Amino acid sequence: MFETYVLPGILILVHSLALLVVLLVFTAFILYADRKIWAAVMSRRGPNVVGPFGLLQSFADLLKFVIKEPIIPSGANKGIFLLAPLVSAVLALAAWAVIPVQQGWAVANINVGILFVFAVSALEVYGVIMAGWASNSKYPFLGALRSAAQMVSYEVSIGFVIVTVLLLVGSLNMTDIVLSQQDGLGTRLGLPNTLLDWHWLGLFPMFVIFFISALAETNRPPFDLVEAESELVAGHMIEYSSTPYMLFMLGEYIAILLMCALTVILFMGGWLPPFDFAPFTWLPGVFWFMFKLCLVFFMFAMVKTIVPRYRYDQLMRLGWKVFLPISLFMVVATAAFLKLTGWA
Amino acid sequence: MLLTGIAAAFFYMFAFIAVASSVMVVVARNPVHSVLYLILTFFNASALFVLTGAEFLGMILLAVYVGAVAVLFLFVVMMLEVNRVTFRKGIAEYAPIGVLVGVVIAAQLLIVVVGQSLAIEPSGTPALPTPDPAARPNTAALGDILYTDYVYFFQIAGLVLLVAMIGAIVLTLRDPRPHIKRQNIGEQVARDPEKAVELVDVESGKGL
Repeated sequence: MFETYVLPGILILVHSLALLVVLLVFTAFILYADRKIWAAVMSRRGPNVVGPFGLLQSFADLLKFVIKEPIIPSGANKGIFLLAPLVSAVLALAAWAVIPVQQGWAVANINVGILFVFAVSALEVYGVIMAGWASNSKYPFLGALRSAAQMVSYEVSIGFVIVTVLLLVGSLNMTDIVLSQQDGLGTRLGLPNTLLDWHWLGLFPMFVIFFISALAETNRPPFDLVEAESELVAGHMIEYSSTPYMLFMLGEYIAILLMCALTVILFMGGWLPPFDFAPFTWLPGVFWFMFKLCLVFFMFAMVKTIVPRYRYDQLMRLGWKVFLPISLFMVVATAAFLKLTGWA
Repeated sequence: MLLTGIAAAFFYMFAFIAVASSVMVVVARNPVHSVLYLILTFFNASALFVLTGAEFLGMILLAVYVGAVAVLFLFVVMMLEVNRVTFRKGIAEYAPIGVLVGVVIAAQLLIVVVGQSLAIEPSGTPALPTPDPAARPNTAALGDILYTDYVYFFQIAGLVLLVAMIGAIVLTLRDPRPHIKRQNIGEQVARDPEKAVELVDVESGKGL
């Protein structure tokens, strides 16, 4: 009884807690980095008061959110109103359980890891819809409808991109996906294992589609029509204040990090070092994972500062009429290529 | 598969929540709550799949039914603003038919279950041998069945769905109405400064 249930149970609990703490602290600094990068591009200073260089700004914000009074609109559906931010934050965190940050460093190394992440991120749309409906007000409702339609649309192309990668890998396990990138275009040409082997090169169009779809899926600019300040105030979050609002923000940023982590695992070799020889292999895999994660997030942040917002019909057109046919074609083309050349 | 110990405890928990929330789907007064309970039911059904080792089916159930189909349900129910009083009025009329359908389904299920356990006579077509679950992940096994063994049936099923989709599109398709302005993306993308902007050198003291 102890050996089979209690000990693994305690271990999983410890792993989950460690992951949770690291992830939340990391998110605090990612939020700070986002604002700093944004500020730097606009020649502003950004947060610079709390702590050295404003490093503790996110923690000050956390404190502020928590001690403020939560206001629940009198016409709101109270239960669902409070459930929505919880759904949003908990689901975003739950998907991290299967993300391996180094070989063997995942809370749950399950067979269908990528499918689990896909399923859980498909559920995140409920946080948005429930919030929009339960607020019992026009503007959150409109914001929620737009946001939900957007998230559902881009999930389709993300699904096809994942399928293309899986065709090359032959497994749904996250660790297998990373390890399969030890052998690719570069090694076929007789080179040692380098970053040329990762899927980003072989599947470059899919890499671009995945990146853009990830932006749309997480409602990041230029697809932030959910909280387009000039039109919709704050989308589904208008009626929220205090801790519930913070949970939405937290869920949003954790989901963004999750998409960055997925990009790293599917296309950028996960924890593998960029060159598989001496100085690069000295650093542990978790360092390379975090490094790549930050790199992808930097791209997310730069897109936010540089690219103007899309119009809603352009957004829908891009999802359904451009990305969906391209990714569908690429699935068929990749499968045919693999079958004809006997590559994998 | 026989579940024992903690697995059995989890099975009863998920099964109980699934049944309870499916009862709530029917009982709940607010239609949006009904849909949310339906989602909870799906969620627990998927947990049951995972518990019996069919993890692929469990995840697909979540991604497809909860992530896409139930979202559409929720959209429709939220937009319809169903009047709850008229919604409830016909319940006494329809109750006998509902009970009849329920009894028939229950009887049929009972016949299948009892018939199989008694094994009165062997069924006509022999089943394919079950692959060893440890050697072959069920994702790959399902792929073999759908895309290799029964690929034509699978394609035909896909075609049937395609026909349904085309039917739905045809129903909503209308003639282009001339008084409605539409965006022409190709035209918008092809615009260039030469055509869109005109630079005029205005002399001082004179208008255009």
